[in-house]
Amino acid sequence: MKPVKFDYYAPTSVPEALDTLNELGYDGKVIAGGQSLIAAMNFRMARPAALVDLNGVPELSYIKPNPDGSIAIGTMTRVNTVEYDQEVAKRFPLLPEVAKFIAHPAIRRRGTFGGAIAHADPAGQLPSIAVVMDANVLIRGKGKERWVKAPELIIGPFMTTIEPDEMLAEVVLTANPPYTGSNYMQVSRQNGGYAQAAVASIVNLDGEKVKNVRLVLMSVGEVPILSQKAVEILVGQKPTPEALKEVSEACASSEIDPATDIHATADYRRTLIRTLVGRSLTESIARAKKGG
Amino acid sequence: MTKLFPVSVKVNGKVYEREVEARMLLSDFLRHELGLMGTHVGCEHGICGACTVLFDGEAVRSCLMFAVQASGHEIQTVESLGTPENLHPLQQAFHEKHALQCGFCTPGFLMTLVPFLEKNPHPTEEEAREAIDGNICRCTGYEKIVEAVIDAADKMSHKK
Amino acid sequence: MTGKYFGQPIKRLEDKFLLTGNAKFIDDIEIPGMLHAAFLRSDFAHARINKIDVTEARKHPGVVAVYTAEDFGDYWKVGPLQVPPPFAIKDAKFNARPLPPIAKDKIRFSGEPLAVVIAESRYIAEDALEDIVVDVEMLPAVCNLEKAYEDTSVLIHEDLPSNVAALVKQESGNYEEAKKKADVVVSKRILVEHVAAAAMENRGFVVNWDERNQELTVWATTQSPLTIRGTMARGLGLAESQVHVITPFIGGGFGPKVMSSQADDVLLPWISKQLQRPIKWLEDRRENFLATTSERDQVHHCEIALKKDGTILGVKDIFYHNTGAYDPYGMTVPLNTQTHTVSNYRVPNYYTEIRMVFTNQMVVTPVRGAGRSEGVFVMERMMDFAARKLGMDPAEIRRKNLLKPNEFPLKTGVLGQDFVEGVLDSGDYLDNFEKCLKMVEYDKFRKEIQPKARKDGKRLGIGVVAFTEGTAVGPYEGCRITVSTNGKVSMSTGYSSQGQGHFTVFAQIIADFLNVKVEDVKVITGDTAHFAWGAGTFASRGATLVGTATYLAAQKVRAKIFTTASKVLGVPEDQVELCTGSVCVKGQPEKSISLGDLAGRANPMRGVVEPGVEPGLEATAYYGPPHGATGSGACAVIVNVDPETYKPKIERFVIVHDCGEVINPLLLDGQIQGGVSMGIGNTLYERLVYDENGQLLTASFMDYLMPQATDMPTKIEMGHNHTKSPLNPLGIKGVGEAGALPPGPAIAQALEDAFSEYPVEILESNLNPSLIYETIKKARG
Repeated sequence: MKPVKFDYYAPTSVPEALDTLNELGYDGKVIAGGQSLIAAMNFRMARPAALVDLNGVPELSYIKPNPDGSIAIGTMTRVNTVEYDQEVAKRFPLLPEVAKFIAHPAIRRRGTFGGAIAHADPAGQLPSIAVVMDANVLIRGKGKERWVKAPELIIGPFMTTIEPDEMLAEVVLTANPPYTGSNYMQVSRQNGGYAQAAVASIVNLDGEKVKNVRLVLMSVGEVPILSQKAVEILVGQKPTPEALKEVSEACASSEIDPATDIHATADYRRTLIRTLVGRSLTESIARAKKGG
Repeated sequence: MTKLFPVSVKVNGKVYEREVEARMLLSDFLRHELGLMGTHVGCEHGICGACTVLFDGEAVRSCLMFAVQASGHEIQTVESLGTPENLHPLQQAFHEKHALQCGFCTPGFLMTLVPFLEKNPHPTEEEAREAIDGNICRCTGYEKIVEAVIDAADKMSHKK
Repeated sequence: MTGKYFGQPIKRLEDKFLLTGNAKFIDDIEIPGMLHAAFLRSDFAHARINKIDVTEARKHPGVVAVYTAEDFGDYWKVGPLQVPPPFAIKDAKFNARPLPPIAKDKIRFSGEPLAVVIAESRYIAEDALEDIVVDVEMLPAVCNLEKAYEDTSVLIHEDLPSNVAALVKQESGNYEEAKKKADVVVSKRILVEHVAAAAMENRGFVVNWDERNQELTVWATTQSPLTIRGTMARGLGLAESQVHVITPFIGGGFGPKVMSSQADDVLLPWISKQLQRPIKWLEDRRENFLATTSERDQVHHCEIALKKDGTILGVKDIFYHNTGAYDPYGMTVPLNTQTHTVSNYRVPNYYTEIRMVFTNQMVVTPVRGAGRSEGVFVMERMMDFAARKLGMDPAEIRRKNLLKPNEFPLKTGVLGQDFVEGVLDSGDYLDNFEKCLKMVEYDKFRKEIQPKARKDGKRLGIGVVAFTEGTAVGPYEGCRITVSTNGKVSMSTGYSSQGQGHFTVFAQIIADFLNVKVEDVKVITGDTAHFAWGAGTFASRGATLVGTATYLAAQKVRAKIFTTASKVLGVPEDQVELCTGSVCVKGQPEKSISLGDLAGRANPMRGVVEPGVEPGLEATAYYGPPHGATGSGACAVIVNVDPETYKPKIERFVIVHDCGEVINPLLLDGQIQGGVSMGIGNTLYERLVYDENGQLLTASFMDYLMPQATDMPTKIEMGHNHTKSPLNPLGIKGVGEAGALPPGPAIAQALEDAFSEYPVEILESNLNPSLIYETIKKARG
């Protein structure tokens, strides 16, 4: 399967990239890692008229830890660079934890952190992680830029609020307060394969009670689902086994809209969510107790 | 008029300069522009791993890259490992353990394993198995490939 | 038997080329002036073609020609059938509908070729496909097997009264009478689901017509070079000698590459002749899923009648078999299913009925197992359901009914795929089974390991099954062995290779009998200019048929060596012996001649030759068995099912196998391991899924999941028995498909066992955690 013809631009700087995107308008599409895009182009399902290749813009690859504890990650930073970065591991252990589940190492070596989020694949891990971490995403265009929070960025399957003449430039992850624990869990049929269901959780404790909880349910809806029920049931409360069970039930029964496909029934996915929510929160809470 | 783009890429230590369409896949470029037929194409959607080559020293899927993206970079294909008269220790281990049958997937496995063994010179059986999870083999059932990896690791570390 | 090479784990001679990227596969072939083909494939599963407009496509820059069915004129014809109809079976009904090379008037499956574009590159050819405008009238798709048999409201072949492709009944004994005496009768509806061969290399075809020499040269990823040579020659009105077919290294076959008379081998030679240009066609992965043949997909209504002590009185199996839109491959697959339902156990009364139906799906032809998997799956499941009803242990009921060595040779009363009555030649099925139970520590598992696991809340189950594999069917294969004047030996055979190690195993036989070094033997396979007789690589027949032909030819060459050497050295024949690479005289070390020199002497350039003497140290031999040889084995699987996610993990996998004498134990293990990975894949991962409109939902590796390294058990524990086959001098049986047969039923039994307190019934062959969850949920009530 060979791709259709396309125009190709290989800018060497950010201003050049933004200029090109501005000129191309609807015809232009950014290519970052290409691990999803080129596969889709090989099937001729993706048929961009022009590609703007960011692989020649080194200034878009960086991991900048900030004094306030946050980390800024340039969009072209390879997933596997994030996976093995020491500062990232220290401040956000959720990232190396989830990276191991993303496809296979060869894909992670080309796939980019920003590109995966911008692609907004409902079955992709990084969009869900961006949502659970409430990542702050910088969208830039020629002469303009804006910050969008990940949950507002991703609006549908493979759909974001990024305009055709814009690109995702940077992702900023805000530091976790002390006594924060996080966890990612998934159930997939094979290593590196699509998950039938997955859960990412971040819990911040205040003494014995939950001060804040972010729980994202993945692959059970058109977008990563940020659980409201978890917040309603747990914030301000002790995370007892009964409370966790209540959250699991609520998530499985009322917050998700899983599909039935050839790999799994909706009911099975609900069962998985029920199991994974409990397990993930338990793990995050245990990690939070250790100091985070 | 089809627009052509210049590509200057070092492959197996030799610099090649060509002009190609932007859409030419790196896998097709290596095979048909450069005549390096050792890299094989199994799926063109990045899952089977048969097309794996080293790009700046790291294993990547050549079917998920355009040749134009390789300009200015270094690539190694299976042809860089050894010759029929002089096999690389990993190739020798594959031969001794019968880790290949039709051989079509084999170059992809070799190029995945060469950097893996550099970073993990003493893998456990489980680590070796996980390392090859991204390469599909239809003939062997993987067991003898894993044996070959452990054997190669053992021999290669003794050589050092 | 063992020799210096025979029976030894000799490492493969072909490896060094494959490992270093020096082995030529089909896409490595480049000929100056070569053009590239791409097929437009139907999106619709069932439609009437109004018009296919290729005008714009023909104008596309870089396109040399575009053809539809009309452009081939009288050359366009369907078929021929690759396998003859089953009229040797009494009262068999068969509606022959061979495969058309390209659709004309009607589309019958999604993926059916509609047009072919010839262009300067594959990229351009695919661009031009998008310029083709297809105007069709859509028709409802026929996809459900049982419905296809009854419902005549939508006809796939409108000249037939229904969608029934064939009806074959066979009976041995009298099942209905036997049933009257039964204490227990169990009836079940069992599905065996559709899978693909999915070799890592897709199909390919390169053809070059030489107008000056009036010769056609073809390179193809074919398992049957001689078959396609014949069909191409006949189709083009050429003599076979004008058609040269070469098989390069092939990246796996597993069955579908045996198919002939498809779009590529029918149309591309004609086009090459028209355009007088070489043409290359390579299938891509999506096309492989859509339009290369696949297999399994049967619905069985099976019944077993037993006495209360577990003795089988009879089996009745009425099953629906999906042949797809056409039936070029006859009844091979379902006939194998029939024969493998009864080849393990003592079944004195057997009634079987094949209801083969057309559907709007791609054609079904053999994939590793070739119908045997379905037979084994169904019979083993029925044994398990019978055991449950009788309150018997699954091992016990098998022990009761497995055939014993003194019952062989046993005529099965059922005609097989080779249209002769099946004869089970030899084997010790009980010993296979007991060995397997011992290796997996069955008693310990039942008494200690499983009860403890239960207490710990683990869902651990065991499955133990037995199986047979019919192998090495005729008609024949052959080879020619030649000693060269440089002392090396070459062997050519029409049989082609897709990774099985032919270049080594046949060399081993020759090296032993001619006393040369194995690395001095060169084997050439699947090149019709070297050897032009044979049927093809299928049905696990290589080791047996080609191995035996090799042995017979080697004996002839050996005899010639002695005769010639005796004359040359001036001593009686019984004084002459083979010494590595030479011929010497017993007790006279100074009198010897190298094989190479002897070969030279055997081909005089001048002088007189005695009548009846053929030149050179060369001989040809053929071998055709009276019927197939039956391999056998047993398999045990211990599965641990996660109680919350229902993901099964194979903790232990044991297989005991008997394929008679073994030429190369290293390669044997490789064949079994490979087969097992396909069996596990077919059971827990792979599945071809068509929707109700005949659309293939699994047309890439994203949805058709291939087993990965971590999906396999850590070790496939193997045991071997060696019951020599009485059918050939070396005592060999085939083994290529064996590993693929038992994993399915063993895993099904183990899963039921893991949840044995519930009435869990696994009635289909392809399982995923979600399905396991739904099945357990249903059983829990």
